[in-house]
Amino acid sequence: MNAPRPTPAKLRIDGATKYYETKSGLVHALEDFSAEVRDGEFACVLGPSGCGKTTLLWSMAGLHSLTAGQVLLDNQPVTKPHPEISMVFQEANLLPWRNLQKNIEFPFEIKRQNPADHRDRVRQLLQRVGLDGFQNKFPRELSGGMQQRAAIVRALSLDPSVLLMDEPFGALDAFTRDEMNLLLEEIWLETRKTILFITHNIAEAVFLSDRIFVMSARPGRLHRVYDVDFERPRDLSITTTPRFFEMVNEIKAQIDHKVTAPTKMRAADAA
Amino acid sequence: MVDSQLRDRIPSFGKKEGGGNQSVSLSNMSAFTSGNSRTIGEIFAIVLVAVIIIGGTEFALRTFEVPQYVLPTPSEIIVALFTDFHFIAPHLGHTLVELLSGYAIGASIGLILAAVITQFPFAEKIIAPYILMLVTTPMLALVPLLILRFGFGYEPRIIAVALASGPMVMINAATGFRRVDLAKIALARSYGASTMQIFIKIRVPMALPMIIVGLMIGAIFGLLTAVGAEMVGGGFGLGNRLTTFSSTIQMPQFFAVILILALLGISIYVIFFLIGKKWASWES
Repeated sequence: MNAPRPTPAKLRIDGATKYYETKSGLVHALEDFSAEVRDGEFACVLGPSGCGKTTLLWSMAGLHSLTAGQVLLDNQPVTKPHPEISMVFQEANLLPWRNLQKNIEFPFEIKRQNPADHRDRVRQLLQRVGLDGFQNKFPRELSGGMQQRAAIVRALSLDPSVLLMDEPFGALDAFTRDEMNLLLEEIWLETRKTILFITHNIAEAVFLSDRIFVMSARPGRLHRVYDVDFERPRDLSITTTPRFFEMVNEIKAQIDHKVTAPTKMRAADAA
Repeated sequence: MVDSQLRDRIPSFGKKEGGGNQSVSLSNMSAFTSGNSRTIGEIFAIVLVAVIIIGGTEFALRTFEVPQYVLPTPSEIIVALFTDFHFIAPHLGHTLVELLSGYAIGASIGLILAAVITQFPFAEKIIAPYILMLVTTPMLALVPLLILRFGFGYEPRIIAVALASGPMVMINAATGFRRVDLAKIALARSYGASTMQIFIKIRVPMALPMIIVGLMIGAIFGLLTAVGAEMVGGGFGLGNRLTTFSSTIQMPQFFAVILILALLGISIYVIFFLIGKKWASWES
């Protein structure tokens, strides 16, 4: 929908550095991370567990402050949650005491908007992801894939221009994950939101992105940027092509495996 | 031999069971602990056991000619409950007034304290031992003192009920408020939620199951304390009836009051069970 702009950078991360204070001392999560995400681009941040990916994303959502550096949206610094930026969390993060409809209306409630004004659009979104008719179901009655689809609808309900996705499909089985990736690409092609997607799954990143930012192990630094130029819309058959394998293998070789220990050290996991 | 005699009693008692509310309430209670779906067979077994216990008691008491002042038969208790209910009813009213007003005061203070205190972990650490003391000390022990100060009216009892139920509500509600899910709070904050919105839309619903448990335990402790306080002093209330009936050896009436108290307790349980089912069923 957006007209071409002179500065294509929708999101800019400038020297993002983050230290956490924990009981066992300072944790250096991010070190001088800089990147640009273009308007309407699908970008992935890829890195080993505990490399500061979530820290980066939470800072971009305005949920964290950075120790140094800044995040710019349309050249304006983001210091607190921004209405143009919406977040999709790990494991759907639906509110279990609300049914699907009420979960999706949650952002409107927080913004003190009347959900009835948006009902048609929400309905269309629900139809789009195949959840129409499930409005009265509670999260526990929905499958993992359905919950995550609901979370995407919730994130899109306020019609933001940027979607930040924090390993949204990490907890899903491989088949559901493929299905969700296809659906997400379709939605992205239709809406052309700027998406920054975090994952530690290389194949997922290659399948989804226009560009991949590979991070090094903690403290997270920008290691390399890959352009992915598979034609859109993509379908699952590309995942079996030699070019796809080559790319996955090349990225795999680049990722530092030293810190891929099973203990995850992310803020969102503290709960 | 005993078997065949029992079997003879069952049909005759089974007819009575339709009108008497005793076995009905029994079957209800066990239904609540064993889940929702009951087959006809289960209901039958529940009723059957109730009938055997009540009928067996009636039968045994009659057979061994146990004097009424030792233990009245179930039928005598039921008769006393209905014939003397108009004598007991005003006392039931007094007990309910004490319970409801004391509980309203105690529970609201407990809830507010829990909500406030959990926001300040440091303050909570300082206050926690005193709350624990209030929870573990039987507030009945204070009733003689309260009577000295406030006389034999409602006041000492209402205060005792508030003191007994408040800390119970508080300690459970505080447990609920302490359950913080960072991801859910982050979700609310990512849409720009204020602290108040986070409290109302995230913290309260998350705490609600524990709040309801606290409210139920508080209500039951309030009932215990109300009856106990009535037994200590003052000329009215169900607790006072218990001391009066036992000192005048009116055993059927005494047990009729106990039956009323049991029904009160069960009602409290059922009310909060239904509230929990409506507002906190998401947790199971």
